[in-house]
Amino acid sequence: MTMKQTATAETDRTSRPSVLSASGLTKVYHSGEVSVHALRGIDLELYPSELIVLLGASGSGKSTLLNILGGLDHPTAGTVFFDGVELSSFGDSALTRYRRDNVGFVFQFYNLIPSLTAEENVALVTEIAPDPMTPSDALRLVGLGERLEHFPAQLSGGEQQRVAIARAIAKRPRLLLCDEPTGALDSQTGVVVLEVIEKINKELGTTTALITHNAGLADMADRVIRLADGMIADVTVNSTKKSAHEITW
Amino acid sequence: MHPLDKKMWRDLWRLRTQVIAVALVIGSGVGLMVMSLSAQEALRTTTEAYYERYRFANVFAQLKRAPQSLAERIADIPGVQTVETRIVEAALLDIDGFEEPVMSIINSVPENKQPVLNQLVLREGRFVALNAPDEVIVNEPFAEAHGLALNDTFKAIINGKKRTLTVVGIALSPEYAYAIAPDALIPDHLRFGILWMGEDALAAAFDLKEAFNNVSLTLLPGTAAEDVIDRLDQLLEPYGGSFAVARKDQISNWFLMSELDQLASMAVILPTVFLSVAAFLTNMVISRLIATERSTIGLFKAFGYSNVEIVFHYTKIVVAITMVGVLVGWAVGAALGHYNTAVYADHFSMPFLIFRPSPASFAIGAIASLAAALAGAALAVRAAISLAPAEAMRPPSPPVFSKGAFSRLGFVTGLDQPTRMIFRHTLRWPGRSLVTSFGVGMSVAVVVSALQWLDAIDHMIDSYYVAGQRQDVSIGLTEVRSSTVLAEFRHMPGVEAVEPERNLSAIMRAEHREKRVGLNSRIEHPHLNLIYDVEGGEVPLVGDGLILSTKLADILNVGVGDTVTVEVLEDRRPIVDMKVTGLFETYLGFPAYARIETLNRIMRERPAVDTVHISLDSQETPRFFRELKDTPGVSGILVVQAAIDNFNETVAQTILIFIGFFSAFAAALCIGVVYNSARIALSERARELATLRVLGFTRFEISYILLGQSALLVALALPIGCAAGWLLALTITTAFDTELYRIPLIVSPASYGVAMVVAIAAAFLSALLVNRKLGRLDLIAVLKTRE
Repeated sequence: MTMKQTATAETDRTSRPSVLSASGLTKVYHSGEVSVHALRGIDLELYPSELIVLLGASGSGKSTLLNILGGLDHPTAGTVFFDGVELSSFGDSALTRYRRDNVGFVFQFYNLIPSLTAEENVALVTEIAPDPMTPSDALRLVGLGERLEHFPAQLSGGEQQRVAIARAIAKRPRLLLCDEPTGALDSQTGVVVLEVIEKINKELGTTTALITHNAGLADMADRVIRLADGMIADVTVNSTKKSAHEITW
Repeated sequence: MHPLDKKMWRDLWRLRTQVIAVALVIGSGVGLMVMSLSAQEALRTTTEAYYERYRFANVFAQLKRAPQSLAERIADIPGVQTVETRIVEAALLDIDGFEEPVMSIINSVPENKQPVLNQLVLREGRFVALNAPDEVIVNEPFAEAHGLALNDTFKAIINGKKRTLTVVGIALSPEYAYAIAPDALIPDHLRFGILWMGEDALAAAFDLKEAFNNVSLTLLPGTAAEDVIDRLDQLLEPYGGSFAVARKDQISNWFLMSELDQLASMAVILPTVFLSVAAFLTNMVISRLIATERSTIGLFKAFGYSNVEIVFHYTKIVVAITMVGVLVGWAVGAALGHYNTAVYADHFSMPFLIFRPSPASFAIGAIASLAAALAGAALAVRAAISLAPAEAMRPPSPPVFSKGAFSRLGFVTGLDQPTRMIFRHTLRWPGRSLVTSFGVGMSVAVVVSALQWLDAIDHMIDSYYVAGQRQDVSIGLTEVRSSTVLAEFRHMPGVEAVEPERNLSAIMRAEHREKRVGLNSRIEHPHLNLIYDVEGGEVPLVGDGLILSTKLADILNVGVGDTVTVEVLEDRRPIVDMKVTGLFETYLGFPAYARIETLNRIMRERPAVDTVHISLDSQETPRFFRELKDTPGVSGILVVQAAIDNFNETVAQTILIFIGFFSAFAAALCIGVVYNSARIALSERARELATLRVLGFTRFEISYILLGQSALLVALALPIGCAAGWLLALTITTAFDTELYRIPLIVSPASYGVAMVVAIAAAFLSALLVNRKLGRLDLIAVLKTRE
């Protein structure tokens, strides 16, 4: 991609209002007498319906960034605006509200509730969301319409992750945040999960941020943001993205 | 210090709230055991020492009048060690500021010195002086009840003459440790006093110069009291002797021993149940606590520690945790045991207190707790060391849930997901759930069984006094009088109705069984003093038969239609056969009744009475008592309402303390159980709950999931506890079936209510403590760590 292409793509996006806008994000962890600078001044915008991949090595700050964007942590300095409202000033209950109404999380290790069936795991979220789809619709969307009644222990890892995705998107979130969603899966199963994420992004238009250390995933993104040492090292716009089933690692 | 030992101390510090919660469970079991056993042990030791030090006699006899010379013949009975003769008489007292006449027993004592037997514990003042006929020593509880001090005076009708007496000493006596008036159920120090007067003065008053009417003996070691009593009865018969009694049947001692026996069975049953429950809970809690150490155990094995070293390490931790509880239990139990002993010693007017609990009560609790804790830990440690280190270091695989019976229940479809989680977790580990419910249930049960005492006592008072005794006052006469005396009482101010009673002391025999009893009488259709069956109400009395309490019928092994031989122990001592015509149930004593005409005929006397029951116009009560104070020939007064009030007050005082302690121990147990169960659930489910927080659940909503389960288990525990409390009360009331009284099994709804409130409050407190920890869940860690 040339610099010119990048510039044009940027102009395209800036003409639309961003869903999430972060500027000057800094995060310093104090552990004993040592200070760790996890983020050192990040500026970032997420636009409606785009799928971005945050790529970085372990310790690059990508998880810290995702935590702050997802309302799980406060930045040491800098601001985050969601739909024009400043997140960074929210207290605990406002952040809970933000996560509950607007954010869908997908974790590396699924984090399903073992005592609830697939359908009930999804219902857990739809029951507290303002405008959810039905749990069975959400599970059909991820291709698990036949396994509603199964408990997590009765599902494979890939299936469990798809339930987790169904749980994340059933509330029709504005933002889907996936933290190493394929990290615990073999590549074949991983691809199936990525296809589901791609499908959600396309069909529901959910703004999706996916963090990974796996560079292979970068090809399916609209934009790839590389992080290193707590700073954005590089932003790439894919003019032609690959579909998930073409990806291998 | 070895690194493992450092780890141990740090672990204990890290787990301190849980250690405290476990200590509460262990401490409550051990504490209750130590408290109960040490208190009842100390009371027995104190009583024995009191009897020993103040030379409490072994045999007692009352007679009409015998010359002093008879004493030597008594001393010649083989086995007799010491003989002391004296004069013991009843008198009515008139104390300024107290409306009713006061009953008293006056005992003669040598001037200026201690008697040989039944010595006085002089608390204040001095012995009576020679030639000072109006000096008396009074017993301390009576003095306290009336605020009498040295040199205070009061009036007394002594052998029909009104005299003014001066208090020169205040004392206690082992003979009147339980100072109870004739026919009373518990001591009433306001209405019954014990006086000691100089021998000469009392002899002059009752015309008993060089004579006596009461004798006490001590026996040589190894002498059977029965043999001496037989010889003594023979000697005293010509002098109006009415059967000697051994120490075990001496009235104060008999009541005291009955109470100590009750305390003893209480000290054994409830604490044993309680300690077993605490031990069982300790076992489960420790097992779960050590189970959370699984990966650490794997790590130790990976480093090359042997199984023995690992087991030793955890044994030390468990012993340390358990000993915290044991020490707390010992300290609290001993302190409360001492306090309880002091309360009872005061109740029984003991002059001193010996509290030297034997090591046994301490050891029992400690051994039971340690064994239970180590057994629980052994299970968990064995499970962990049997795994390969690599496997042990990985957290256990997630629990498998399946759609069980619960999911098929109709109401489940209506439940939200958090509620389903609560139910599924409860059912997934039914054993754990039951342990928590069982623990909370047992604390409810203990409180129910403690509170049932109050209910039972209420009911006993109701059936004995309120339903059975409708008179306001009963008057005991110094001697049997012609029934014309009824008319005299009928004309006293305020008297609305009178009813006569004649009482005989007798021995009843049926085949080889016999029992010394009071044979009481009733008129054919009484309105005031009824024979009252606790279930069927009034029992009619017809013909010449006997109506026996079921307790007495059991003792004699007779039923309706059987014949009982009655040997009257008074006057010319007639022996008659009487048919049992009815039985009735009563909670108190083992009475027997016949018609008054029947007794008069047996005694070959004209209609005669020795007790008069009276109903009064309440407006005229003061005038009635004023006149009664000057009425000669009266030896005893029972004011029914005062007896009820006194019963309530005295019993409530001791029982309430006891209930308070049991409730506190039960609450401690409940807090320990609920806290531990919720706290361990929190460490097991921290990741799940944090995930929910990330998904947008509020703190309140995840509290609901964690503590909702505790609430569910407590809710399950309440009916279990009420049922178990009822069973426990049944066990205790069955164990308390004595001649003195039977405890009815009555548990009022309010008692169940209070017990449940105690458990709910304790559970709520624990929930609040755990809830604080929920605020510190690490939301970010869950995104990364695998279970």
